Amino acid sequence: MGLETAVKMTGIVKKFPGVVANDHVNLEINFGEVHALLGENGAGKSTLSNILTGLYRQDDGIVEVGGTKVEFNSPRDALNAGIGMVHQHFRLVSTFTVAENVVLGESDSSLFMDQKAVAARVKELSDRYGLAVDPSARIWQLSVGEQQRVEILKVLYRGARVLILDEPTAVLTPIETTELFKTLRAMVAEGRTVIFISHKLDEVMAVSDRVTVLRGGRNVGTVNTRESSTRDLASLMVGRSVEFTRVQRVVPAETRLIVLNVSDISARDDRGGIALQSVSLTVGRGEIVGIAGVAGNGQRELAEVISGMRSMTSGSISVQGENVQSGKARSAIAKGIAHVPEDRLHTGLASSHSVEDNLALKNYRTMSRFRILKRKSIRAQSTDLIERYDIKTPGSQTPVRLLSGGNVQKVLLAREFSALPKVLIAASPTRGLDVGAIETVRERLVQAADNGVGVLLISEDLDEIMSLADRILVMYEGRIVDEVPADGADRERIGLTMGGIKV
Amino acid sequence: MKSPIRLERRLEQPKWLNWAIPVISLVAALILGAIVLFATGKNPWDVYFRIFERGFAGTRALSGSLKTATPLAFTGLCAAVAFRMGLINIGGEGQLYMGAVGAAGMGIALDGQPTGVVVIAMCLAGMLCGGLYAAIVGVLRAKFNTNEIITSLMLNYIAGIFLSYLIYNSTSYWRDPVSKNFPAGKPIADRAEWNFFEFAGVKIPLAFFVAIIAAIAVWVLYKRTRFGFEVGVIADSPKAARYAGIRTSTTIILVLALSGALAGLGGAADVGNFRQLLDAKGLQMSGYGYTGIVVAALARLNPLSTIVVAVLIGGLTNAGYALQGPDFPSGLVGTLQGLILFTAVAGEILIKYRIKANRRVTTAVAA
Repeated sequence: MGLETAVKMTGIVKKFPGVVANDHVNLEINFGEVHALLGENGAGKSTLSNILTGLYRQDDGIVEVGGTKVEFNSPRDALNAGIGMVHQHFRLVSTFTVAENVVLGESDSSLFMDQKAVAARVKELSDRYGLAVDPSARIWQLSVGEQQRVEILKVLYRGARVLILDEPTAVLTPIETTELFKTLRAMVAEGRTVIFISHKLDEVMAVSDRVTVLRGGRNVGTVNTRESSTRDLASLMVGRSVEFTRVQRVVPAETRLIVLNVSDISARDDRGGIALQSVSLTVGRGEIVGIAGVAGNGQRELAEVISGMRSMTSGSISVQGENVQSGKARSAIAKGIAHVPEDRLHTGLASSHSVEDNLALKNYRTMSRFRILKRKSIRAQSTDLIERYDIKTPGSQTPVRLLSGGNVQKVLLAREFSALPKVLIAASPTRGLDVGAIETVRERLVQAADNGVGVLLISEDLDEIMSLADRILVMYEGRIVDEVPADGADRERIGLTMGGIKV
Repeated sequence: MKSPIRLERRLEQPKWLNWAIPVISLVAALILGAIVLFATGKNPWDVYFRIFERGFAGTRALSGSLKTATPLAFTGLCAAVAFRMGLINIGGEGQLYMGAVGAAGMGIALDGQPTGVVVIAMCLAGMLCGGLYAAIVGVLRAKFNTNEIITSLMLNYIAGIFLSYLIYNSTSYWRDPVSKNFPAGKPIADRAEWNFFEFAGVKIPLAFFVAIIAAIAVWVLYKRTRFGFEVGVIADSPKAARYAGIRTSTTIILVLALSGALAGLGGAADVGNFRQLLDAKGLQMSGYGYTGIVVAALARLNPLSTIVVAVLIGGLTNAGYALQGPDFPSGLVGTLQGLILFTAVAGEILIKYRIKANRRVTTAVAA
């Protein structure tokens, strides 16, 4: 086993507007191995697997399955070629039974399904791979771990030889994770192939035969797991850029004056799971505090709780000693918390609204008399900010969704900075922007800090954090697991803690 | 399997589409209707000409059409106000009934008061009852995230049954005690009757002017005020609204209450200007609430266009009543209205998207 190539991807290029998601990636997966794809968010793992499963088409490059060149137009084509994907977010019908979900979408399923035959086949597969689940149970009755087993069964039922699992352990308990690993080993023992996408180093070490590390859309190395270590993988994952320089700035001595005090907060995510567990942090006046971590470890929820968009289940937040009400954005705005959210077009902005409306999104309440909007003031504010922040737009009335990514971000920054905040929460403020725009945004952040704003910079881009922040906190699974001063910070240590390894 | 065409979102929506698409929708509906007429052995041209004649030609036709158009203007505004925020309130029907109940009660109670006082009191009572009734939908939606389509529809049936109960199954305040064999509503006081104004021979009901004022008020509210700004942001992106500190739940309840108040005002107009009593059967047969949805859709949710479209649909409906007979199928007007709604909604898609041909892609899949 293990000699023939199951999947071969050569020179894969995939570009999205403003980003190169895959930059000439080569990847070889052997039959009968667990091959891990490791990388930070935005490294290109998902794009690569989406190409392999027919969701995207590559701009350039060749995909071969079992030695034959293939071109997939849909996930169904990929399934026909024996490649199946288990998505991170399940695609199950919660009121249907396990067996019904397994056959759902089968191309040759007739009007009436042979319940017994399906159940028998599902039973057989689940016994063989240790995927314990009752075929007649309904999805809503199952735990998350069981639902994942159904997803795996679905793919196996359709005869997939190559299974891609996208962050499968993100939703599992440690015991469920161990069970899953047993299943994966059982599958490869029968000659099936597993592609395991993850950013958790210890799991990659525990289950995979080989690891391919992606960074910035490129393949930076494929290694045999046995000949590697978490330390090696971490440094491959976060990279070691020599030319990396810290922004030189005089950190104001007043950083000891705390402007933002987050004390022991916990919060739930959209699905009711625990997103934040007793997070405490402070940001001083004029200080930039960076939060490093792989996406999905509670950073988004942290930003939302501080800016009042999400309620906290316990804890408290204060700005210069004044309490911010839990889950009340208006209170956070009034206390001087500015927020540059990750999702600019749909959270930070009302994208079908004009530039001027968006610039007034947070202060329109003050620009009215007898509840009638003062359009003239709104227009004047807009003209002023368009000039001051160099926003390239055909006019004040243009919907922001028609602007380029960099200018969208400028609209947001112009609004948030011009409100003269005390605290600024910036979540991935440069993601998806071109080099010039990235420069501008970073300058603005530093400028804000120089003016005494306490900045909380949340980013998956470690380079960005290391070059801008004065102090770095690392988040993992909803907790702050490490704190280091940015000066002389050890990249490797940060990389390890981001991957859940205790240092 | 790929369809040969696909829809592509328009980046910019040219201004001329805003009037061109509704006109094309209307024409398309008439053409589809002509096919139906032709298939049933009628001469479409002839039928359409008669509709035009009875709906719009001459002072008598126009007077009648404005009568039908007035409640439709209110229910059209009711739908437009809610739809603009993405709240599909199809409860205009029930909210109008409730408004009629409130206004009729007020009209009966204020016997002997000056006309102006009674008219205003009836308007307020209608708005209050319609508004509160719709606020039920709003509270359910805002607090429990209940689907407003279902709750507002269900409340229509409840309102209908309540209406029938008041007149047929009880000796309520609204029922005329004189009517023993044929139960009917108690007539409101003579002074409570709303005026008609005559212009060049066309009788225009007072309520029609009220509708125009209401439309302008809604237009100002949505275009110029803080409240309108908030509604716009919620409609565009609920997340951005939450981010900006807009009180989404409160706004949902207020918008639905306003929507219901407008329908309730329509109910008051029906009682005060036209029937002068609570007509349980007549109201339920008219279906103003449902037709109002067609009006709002064709008006592209613009309050001012709603008035124009209401007159158009009112004329069509009015002609339908007048022409009903052996050679004019009674279901025709309903069919045409259905087709108009259908084409108007289809037209809406063409404003937002454009049709593009799909390029054929060669498929090569390894076994």
